[in-house]
Amino acid sequence: MTLSSFRGVLVPLGLLLLWEVLSRTGAVSPVVLPPPSAVAVKWWAGLQPALPYDPGQESYLSWLFSGEMPHDAVSSLGRVLAGFALGAGLAVPIGLMLGTSDGLYSLFNPLLQVLRPIPPIAYIPLAIVWFGLGNPPALFLIALGTFFPVLVNTIAGVRQVDSIYIRAARNLGAGRWTMFRRVILPAASPFVLAGMRIGIGTAFIVVIVAEMIAVSDGLGYRILEAREYMWSDKIIGGMLTIGILGLIIDGAMSRLNDHLLRWHRGLER
Amino acid sequence: MSAEIVVTNAVKVFGSGAAGVPALQDITATVPEGQFLCLLGPSGCGKSTLLNAMAGFTPLSAGTISVGGRPVREPGPDRGMVFQEYALFPWMSVEDNIRFGLDVKGVPKAQAEATVARITDKLGLADFRTRYPKDLSGGMRQRVAIARILALDPPVMLMDEPFGALDALTRRTLQDELLRIWAEDRKTIVFVTHSIEEAIYLADRILVMTYRPGRIKRDVTVPMPRPRDPASAEFNAIKRELGQLVMEEQARFTDAELHAPAVD
Repeated sequence: MTLSSFRGVLVPLGLLLLWEVLSRTGAVSPVVLPPPSAVAVKWWAGLQPALPYDPGQESYLSWLFSGEMPHDAVSSLGRVLAGFALGAGLAVPIGLMLGTSDGLYSLFNPLLQVLRPIPPIAYIPLAIVWFGLGNPPALFLIALGTFFPVLVNTIAGVRQVDSIYIRAARNLGAGRWTMFRRVILPAASPFVLAGMRIGIGTAFIVVIVAEMIAVSDGLGYRILEAREYMWSDKIIGGMLTIGILGLIIDGAMSRLNDHLLRWHRGLER
Repeated sequence: MSAEIVVTNAVKVFGSGAAGVPALQDITATVPEGQFLCLLGPSGCGKSTLLNAMAGFTPLSAGTISVGGRPVREPGPDRGMVFQEYALFPWMSVEDNIRFGLDVKGVPKAQAEATVARITDKLGLADFRTRYPKDLSGGMRQRVAIARILALDPPVMLMDEPFGALDALTRRTLQDELLRIWAEDRKTIVFVTHSIEEAIYLADRILVMTYRPGRIKRDVTVPMPRPRDPASAEFNAIKRELGQLVMEEQARFTDAELHAPAVD
């Protein structure tokens, strides 16, 4: 470990130690702030499968993920991905249409500007009225959280395509479809992907809230449930898992970006 | 296909009414097939406008342009354009850029591959085929842009200050390369530049244009055999003559720029 990276862990380690001491000595009630060691123990316990492994019952992998926390994490991740796919799957084609057609853009842009600032969370009551409880309102909210950032970025991406590429492609004989598929789409892709990265971040926020309200599993549901029993260690452990999951999602998205945009000048220079 | 370019009474006004900016005024010229023509003049003399009109990007306000007997109405691969900004597709590798026009044309895969191989060899790009434009120097990018046009073997090449952004040495290398390519298959080339030396070094014939509205100030044939020596007395005599003509227009441009916001 280099000196500078050692210095980087100094502050977190010191704070953890202080936290541990404060909780252990009773200076702070463990309900308010349980010691980090207790959180770690609880977190580790949540990770374990509930039953011993039985090859006749299930595959090793599904057993490995049968603990409460992995189960919740998989549920949350599944909702994020499904909602994201739904939201982005609608936003990209609509954005491409609005971006390429000035007529459609002027027709829909005002509506878009009115709807866009409404936080997806504000749709919760309406979502429940429309879809009841369970996965449908949750997916609706997540898709909504994804939809607007992806849509707005896709439109901007298409509209900012440098006219020099259009001119060059026309000069080389490209028709409308080739122009769209091989010039406008790739030229807009850095914007589209930036929108997707924001979108999946929003989706991840929304999934936690949606789970607290509409469903009975997932990480958001679990930490709210723990609150009813005043299990602060479980709450903090759940928050930790949420953080890790968020990191994984953003990291995966970032690597996908780097791969798809490996031609892009901004990445290296 | 013949590649004679005929410009007849070409007029272009940007905008309309009193605010209209006259870019081209009554230009008539014929570029014979196989000629290397330079359009020379200061900024705002309409040289790029005329080139864009030949390419089919800019519709004329009046007059006609025909290439090979056919009136120009829209851009097309028979008039390959090389831009100063390269205009390579950054998301495509070098070879995909060069293959683009062939794909559009529907050239069979094997044949396209053979063309790409031949052209990349010809322009010294063989080792860079899988690179992306961002990894190339300006000179290499412009080679790719030229290769992309040559792949389609157009009878006419239109070049809009293609070497304007390059350093002097790279510029000379690419000028020589262009002359070599031109000597091989004698395409008609219309080359826009504001460098007097570049024009004399390259062209069979130079049209010096006036500052706004763009008209043909002088039609000069360069009598020197190639390769031309920019240090020779003959070269410098032409340079002096053209320099005077161009600087008169440059003075008008400077004057206009100091007294009104520039449009070009």
